[in-house]
Amino acid sequence: MNPLLHIENLSVHAGGKALVSDISFAVAPGERLGLIGESGSGKSLTALATIGLLADGLKVSGSVLLNGRQVVGARDRDLVPLRGATAAVVFQEPLTALDPLMKIGRQVGQAVRRRAKRDGRPTDATSVMSEVLDLLDQVALPQPQRIAESWPHEISGGQRQRAAIAMALACKPKLLIADEPTTALDVTTQAEILRLLGQLVRERNMALLFISHDLPVVAGTVDRVIVLRHGRVVEQGPVSTVFREPSHDYTRSLVAAARAFDNALENAP
Amino acid sequence: MTDTNLVAASPEGRTRRSWTFTIGAIIVGLHLVIGLSTLFWTPYDPTGMSGGRLEMPSLSHLAGTDRLGRDLFTLIMIGSRIALVVGTGAVIIGGLIGITIGLLAAFASRTLDDILAASLDILIAFPTLLLAMLIVASSDGASLGTAIVAIGIANSAIVARLTRILAKRVLRMDYITAARISGTSWLGVVAIHILPNIWPTLLVNLALQFGLAVIAEASLSYLGLGAPPPNASWGRLLQEAQGTVYTAPFGAIAPGIALVLLVIGINLLADGLRDIGDPTRRRRR
Repeated sequence: MNPLLHIENLSVHAGGKALVSDISFAVAPGERLGLIGESGSGKSLTALATIGLLADGLKVSGSVLLNGRQVVGARDRDLVPLRGATAAVVFQEPLTALDPLMKIGRQVGQAVRRRAKRDGRPTDATSVMSEVLDLLDQVALPQPQRIAESWPHEISGGQRQRAAIAMALACKPKLLIADEPTTALDVTTQAEILRLLGQLVRERNMALLFISHDLPVVAGTVDRVIVLRHGRVVEQGPVSTVFREPSHDYTRSLVAAARAFDNALENAP
Repeated sequence: MTDTNLVAASPEGRTRRSWTFTIGAIIVGLHLVIGLSTLFWTPYDPTGMSGGRLEMPSLSHLAGTDRLGRDLFTLIMIGSRIALVVGTGAVIIGGLIGITIGLLAAFASRTLDDILAASLDILIAFPTLLLAMLIVASSDGASLGTAIVAIGIANSAIVARLTRILAKRVLRMDYITAARISGTSWLGVVAIHILPNIWPTLLVNLALQFGLAVIAEASLSYLGLGAPPPNASWGRLLQEAQGTVYTAPFGAIAPGIALVLLVIGINLLADGLRDIGDPTRRRRR
């Protein structure tokens, strides 16, 4: 089967400095891949590069094939249809992921309408609204009707993140890119969102590119993991292998640090 | 728990208006009604003598008469119409040019953005009035139209700079990226996300520009560069009253009061509009 996302020798430069160098990996349809590394290791840049949304000043080289289409060097106009149909992103900060001046229902409705138009389905207010409510229900938001009528500032951070996930789902993507989707949430909400993401990805047979710096979070969510450091791949493989028998020093220190943190928590009074 | 309370609180908040909006609307509405009524009716003939020269305000002449014996209140009413026309025209011209340039700069490449930003800064460094005078002087002759265009262009630089900065801030938000990913074109992003988000701030600034435009037109008329004589602009009334300001001060005070009232009214209205337009401010008491 052809990979959904095929990245080869991807490098991102800013003013002569390499931010991401020579990264290659592939994501098969339905596969769940984790990108982990510390802040500034190039995780988010890699994610943005896969959909051709890097800032202007950054120079990209290498090859990114998204659903068989070349993203690097492509014109923005050609990428617009590709993006919506293939990939969607859930962001780290639920506060800025929603337009503060648009009710949740309308906001999710935008994405639903765009997708419906592309599929040639009816885009009248009633059918869009019923799909919006359906989506809000699927991301386990209580009282979808009420949430749809709310402004973003009126609901909690966890609910906002669920609404953002509903927006991403509205695109019916083949690949869901989750850029640290739980970092800004408290631990309980984090677990709920992770369970929800895992369930949705399984149900819809989406591929998942999960970006995080949090080892336990990644370990529970994905099948395969890539460890980045200073914009380079230091290790990759199935989650169990990488975390149980890390071969690279950096991964080993990451695992050790996470373990030390766990122990400290357990020993705490 | 808190969510339900917040949501329940919003429907009533939606209809509530702030007092600034009410007062502003009353003042501006009054000017609007008075200004428009002069198209059909004025208390006295604005060009003919209707009483003695330089009369004090009385019941028959609410603002007294000028040195030609014309009723000042009638002239101020007409001035109100001119002020509103100038303000509206200048804001529309300045807003259209300014918002377009500002959005272009926000989306432009680094170099083009730098060039635009620098030229805007240079343009803003010129006093608005000086710029408007230059434009009026370089056109065929002083008329209401040239005054409106001149003030509009002069004000557009400030609108453009504000639009550019506001749009850039919104552009950095994740929801813009999310919209782009879900396949929205740049034009769609502008219409759906950027304009609504920068609108509340922009609206307040445009109202401020309206007030400034009214003042700028009065200044141009005062200098003889505004609307030519048959149009009784407030600035011209002020200028005509200048010679008799010690013997009949009301000739200068009355149009001055009208001018100040309109500008204050517009600013209050703008403030109220922002509170209504921004959902996060609605709950505030």
